[in-house]
Order: sequence, then structure tokens, then C-alpha cells
Amino acid sequence: MSRLAEQFRRSFVIAKKNIKIYYSKGPVIIFGLVFPLFLALAYVIGRNIPLKEVLPGLIGMTTFFTATSVGPSIVPWETRSKTLERLLCCPVALWTIIFGDMVSSFLFGLAISIIPIIYVLTLNIELLNFTVLLFSLIIANFCFSALSVLLSAYPPTDIPATSQMLSSLVKFPLVFISGVFIPVEQLPEWGRIIASLSPLTYFTDLTRQLILEKGYYPLALDLLMIVIFTVIFSLAAIKLHEKTLTKRLT
Amino acid sequence: MELAIKVQNLTKNFEDVTAVDHINFEVKKGEIFGFLGPNGAGKTTTIRILTGLLKPDEGTASIVGYDVLRNPIEAKQCIGVVPEVSNAYIDLSAWENLNLIGKLYGVSTHRLQENATKLLKDFGLYEVKNKLVRGFSKGMKQKLLLCMALVNDPEVLFLDEPTSGLDVESARLLREKVTQYNKEGNTVFLSTHNMEEANQLCHRTAIINHGKIAAIDTPENLRVQSMELQHIEVLFDKQVNLEEISKHPNINEASFAGNRVRVYTANPSAVIEFLVDFAKRKGIRILSLNTMMPSLEDVFIKLIKEKEASPV
Repeated sequence: MSRLAEQFRRSFVIAKKNIKIYYSKGPVIIFGLVFPLFLALAYVIGRNIPLKEVLPGLIGMTTFFTATSVGPSIVPWETRSKTLERLLCCPVALWTIIFGDMVSSFLFGLAISIIPIIYVLTLNIELLNFTVLLFSLIIANFCFSALSVLLSAYPPTDIPATSQMLSSLVKFPLVFISGVFIPVEQLPEWGRIIASLSPLTYFTDLTRQLILEKGYYPLALDLLMIVIFTVIFSLAAIKLHEKTLTKRLT
Repeated sequence: MELAIKVQNLTKNFEDVTAVDHINFEVKKGEIFGFLGPNGAGKTTTIRILTGLLKPDEGTASIVGYDVLRNPIEAKQCIGVVPEVSNAYIDLSAWENLNLIGKLYGVSTHRLQENATKLLKDFGLYEVKNKLVRGFSKGMKQKLLLCMALVNDPEVLFLDEPTSGLDVESARLLREKVTQYNKEGNTVFLSTHNMEEANQLCHRTAIINHGKIAAIDTPENLRVQSMELQHIEVLFDKQVNLEEISKHPNINEASFAGNRVRVYTANPSAVIEFLVDFAKRKGIRILSLNTMMPSLEDVFIKLIKEKEASPV
């Protein structure tokens, strides 16, 4: 048990290093701060929609895009600079490194996705349950962080741009099928089936219920599905990285 | 006899290429063990298996009794690694790099501060400890890598071409530090192309070629085993005809080495007598005459050629 605790402790050392190297950069922080604002403007301009209607989608997209923004690049970048080898020579398991990458991605996503929550608070928008919103925000951030690290696993490239392009190919379609722009209940049958395969669907549905008091799935199911996706993405990320490691290093 | 490293039947294939082919060797605690071989011989693959970066296809390897496959964390906890290519974080300072590695080894904060300060001072990097590694020279980066490898007080230090491309002064400092580290009772596994370095530092040396171990012994014994490679270098005051010298039955080969004549022989005393007599007969003077033992490089080239002539 203490050995496991020690590995988790070392994950946080890796996360701290990631934050220093990859996240504490001017452009990344500016992206994080400006991104939610531009998303809000894109929603509102030219459309006669009350801000309250916009918030569930805004929270969902901000969380999703920020938590998955840098994660896909870290492993390819560290492969290229040979620092991944440096880490692997240390007494840390591969899952420790992967978990560290997830934690750094999670902390960045959480810090930025708080901004739309501040909108909610400053605009005095009534919420069904603020604690559940915060709790779901934490789980969703971890879920999307795990997805971002999973997206860096295959192909085992050492070119960050390749990994970013492939992750965009996954991320953007997900936004369109996840009830962000069109609520799930308004989608056709096939659309609802596809939407049920995306973790973002459940997070957006959950925020819609908490802010607008209308949703498609039961609240508990939304939470449960986000947790299930988190577990699947985390395990898949670790397993896939283990499988591709030799190829990555040779 | 306590072992620091034990390798049994170790094999690694990459698709249809066998990089490491059923190799066996042991490294005693407190030993500096040299690992020599030409490019692509399997040196780096062996180090990568021993340091937990690659999994072998066959065989076992253990570090201080910990199997690298079954107890990788424990095995890696005992080692420090200086890789072939610099891999410090260039966006971190020297101090941050040392702290990162120390924390990944679970070194306590107090000990980490002490070790990092001492190492940076010893290697002349203390004044630049807060500068980003991005601006470091190759020599500074290499010194930092050795600091990073030593920050956890490892029992076994792996060095992969540590002085490659370094200036003479930096290379000498690195060798001094490695020797000092070894004198404290620690083990060093040194992969190098530099024969003189292996000769100076190593207690024993393995020569690997095409993934197989060609020889393991002390540098001295390896040279003794190749006595046919000993030679005499003689400098005459006038040009001589090599053919006349080559005729002597004890001379295996004669050639020019600059303005000197180099003759290979297994019987140096008989050849020296012949050369003195030859000079008298020709009325020329011997300006210098040296008997040279085979260098490790000579032995290395001989073993590599033998293996290539008769691949198993």
C-alpha cells in the first residue's frame, strides 16, 4: 500500500513538472482565459438566446477543450526530447507517468472551467445544486484529461503536431454529437444512440439539468456515466501506452 | 562474491534483427565494468534492458539482486543513468532538474538539498544552478546529467558514452568523478567507444559484437591474450627498405607508422637484436626504439575482425 502511495506521490511530482513546462506558458494561459469568452460570444452574437440557456453548453465546451488541450502533446514531445526515457529510468511505473500527465491536464482544465462557473455566480443564476455542479465539474475534468492522454497513445509518434491533429479529429465531432448545440431530446433516434457514446453528452446533460432544470437522462445516470468513461479512458490510456512503449522508444 | 549486475541468456529481437543474442555476464559490486563494441553491436540495447526501458525477449537480468522484469521499481531505485543523448529538461533549471529526479527517487527534501548543492558545486555548476538548461553547453549538460544520475546516491551507475564529444577538460573531470564514485564502493557500468578510457577506468571489460559477447576479461589479460599484436616501433636516421626487415622469421608484419617502422612480433627480444644488427650492417643509427604492448584498441579490432570472419 505504501508503495502504491509512493507512486501516486511521484505522479504529482510529474504533474508539477508538466505544469511548469507545458501549462505555465503565456500563450497557454491566455488561450485558457480567452477561450471561454470567445465561446460565449460565438453562442450569443446574432442569436436571441438568454445567457442562462448558453451556460450549459459553454461549461461543457470550456471543460472539454481546456482539459484536452495540452494532454495529447506531452508524451510525443517527451519522446522527441528523450525526457520520457529519463522518466522511465527513474523508479516510477509507466502508469505513474500517465497518471501524472492526467493530473496536470486535470488541474489546468479545472482552473479554466471555473471561469464559466464564476459567470453563473456573478449573474446570480439559480442552480438546482451547486455542490453537484462542482463535483461533476471535477469528475468531468478528470474524464476529459484521461481522454487527452489516451489520444496521445496511438500512433506512438514523437511529433506533437501529429498527435494534436488526430486529437482534433476526435474532439470536434464529439462536440457536435454531444448535445452541446442541440439538446439530446431534440436529436433523432440514431443521433441519440451516437450521443450516448460520448462522455460530453452526459456532462452537458447534467449541467442543463442543474441550470435549466431540463435534461434527457436522470442526474445519477449522468454522473455514473462520466465516472464509467473516466475509468475506461484511464485504463485504456495506461494499457495502450504500455503496448506502444517499445515502438515509441526504438 | 556480491553481484551488482547479473545477466543470463539475455536476448532482444527487433523484428528480424537480433540486437542482443543470449549474452551472459556478471558485474561484481565495487567494479568498473567496461562494455565495448562497434556501433550497432548491442551495447545501448543491453543498457536499455538493464535500466528498465526495454523488456528482453528471453533471459533474465538483475540489479543488486532485483530482477529487472519482476521488480523493476526496486531495481531502478538502486541505479543512476547517464544516457547517450542528453535528456535533461531544457525548460527547467539545473536545480529544478536535480529536484525533479531526486523527488522521483523519493529522496528526502533535506538530503536532496544537500546532495544537489554538493554535486553542483563539485561539477562547477552551482553558479548557474538557476539558469535554464536550454542555454547550457554540451559539457555543462553532460555534467548535469552525471549530477542527476548521482543525486539519489545510487549503488550502480550506468554510463552510456559519457565523454563522447566532450572537451578534454570536461572529459577528464567526468572520469575523475566516476573514479571517485567507484572508490566509495559503488559499481559502474560503462559503455564506451573510447578504448583509452576503458583501459584507464575499467577493472574488467566485455567486448560485444553483433549482439554476442566476444570476450570478457581485465584489459591487461585481454592484451596478454593477444601477444601476437605486440609490436616494436623504431626510428632510424635514414629511410630503410621494409622488405629487408620483413624477411626476418620472427617478424609477422612490418609497416611504416609516420616516420617510424612498426614491426609486429611474438618475440620482441630476438627482433630487437636483429634490428640493432641490421642498423650496424647498413651503417644507420637508431634514434629511438620502443616495445609496445598491444593496446585495448588492437585487441578490440582483432576480436571484431575474428568474429566477422567466422560469424556463428
